[in-house]
Amino acid sequence: MNKELTKNLASGHSACAGCAFPTIVRTILGESDVPVVISNATGCLEVTSTLYPYTAWKVPYIHNAFENAAATISGVERAYKILKKKGKIKKEIKFVTFAGDGGTYDIGFQSLSGALERGHNFLYVCYDNGGYMNTGNQRSSATPFGAATETTPSGKMSFGKMEVRKNLMDIAAAHGVPYAAQANVAYLPDLKKKARKALETEGPTFLLVFSPCTNNWKFPTSQFVSIAKLATETNFWPLYEIEKGKYKINWATEKPKPVEEFLKTQGRFKHLFSEKNKPVIGQIQKMVDAEFRRLASLVE
Amino acid sequence: MEEGAIIQHDIKKAPKTGNWRYMKPEVDKEKCIGCATCVPFCPEAAIEMKRGQGQKKAKADIDYEYCKGCGVCAEVCPVKAIFMKK
Repeated sequence: MNKELTKNLASGHSACAGCAFPTIVRTILGESDVPVVISNATGCLEVTSTLYPYTAWKVPYIHNAFENAAATISGVERAYKILKKKGKIKKEIKFVTFAGDGGTYDIGFQSLSGALERGHNFLYVCYDNGGYMNTGNQRSSATPFGAATETTPSGKMSFGKMEVRKNLMDIAAAHGVPYAAQANVAYLPDLKKKARKALETEGPTFLLVFSPCTNNWKFPTSQFVSIAKLATETNFWPLYEIEKGKYKINWATEKPKPVEEFLKTQGRFKHLFSEKNKPVIGQIQKMVDAEFRRLASLVE
Repeated sequence: MEEGAIIQHDIKKAPKTGNWRYMKPEVDKEKCIGCATCVPFCPEAAIEMKRGQGQKKAKADIDYEYCKGCGVCAEVCPVKAIFMKK
């Protein structure tokens, strides 16, 4: 067991073999120089790291419910603030929330919005695996267009999910947060830089991190890094940050790969490669290009 | 403090996830260049850079007690020094 990496989250958790989020959690928490307090929404991370009687967390950790991870950390942060004012706590502490896309985009949306608006000093991290993977791959509003899930199956009448992903980055930025960034687990130096910036920034900060799911995206357990890399190389998941309303793209290429290369690595998009569904791939390519153009136009 | 619903981390209670493994990664210490690319990507944090006897550089060393055998390390290795064996 690696001592340096397991300072916050130990081994012995029961996340699937080849899961991406332990890397995300360890990388982000590794960037904090002061003690952290974690709140966690219900989801894969919560159920796999806290199997009674064992907990993989070596840092103070609270799980409350699915919908209120941000509200929980708000209370903890406010209590800390008061105790510090009264002189009962002297040390500096950082507050971090981890949630999946279900607990962020859908169920925990209102509590996240409230916490961002109230301006608590905390970092909210959403690891986005595009669905309710813990309960067996139901669609969420982060599931990409065209993906087959339990609740949006592909078949005669359907090519999978027919709606477009919610743009959570812009929603978070619309709260006027000082720092929000989109990162990817395959680009660790970039993720580290963003985590450090977010932790050092005073006020609410938001990180959206791409986290491939081996089980429900249907790819071999060894592939999460290469698939995450392809997502950015095809512009499906651009790396960018919004600092006080200013957009900055952190990684770009002259010649992005066709989005097909990303889609073909996963079983959830397999049906798109049939004769009937071929036009959908073209549609996805157009959406990805349009989104990247929009993003580029926002950069000053 | 361990009270009510509060539990304390205790590695002795950790499930030994090494028994999930059906493919075993093995490091070719001759080939390994000690770049540590595999280390942060291991979901179990089971890889450590260790310097063996007579070795100039620290090489990847896998903790089989927790390694689930996902094969991520073998995949990300730039010199293909990790092999997955049955």
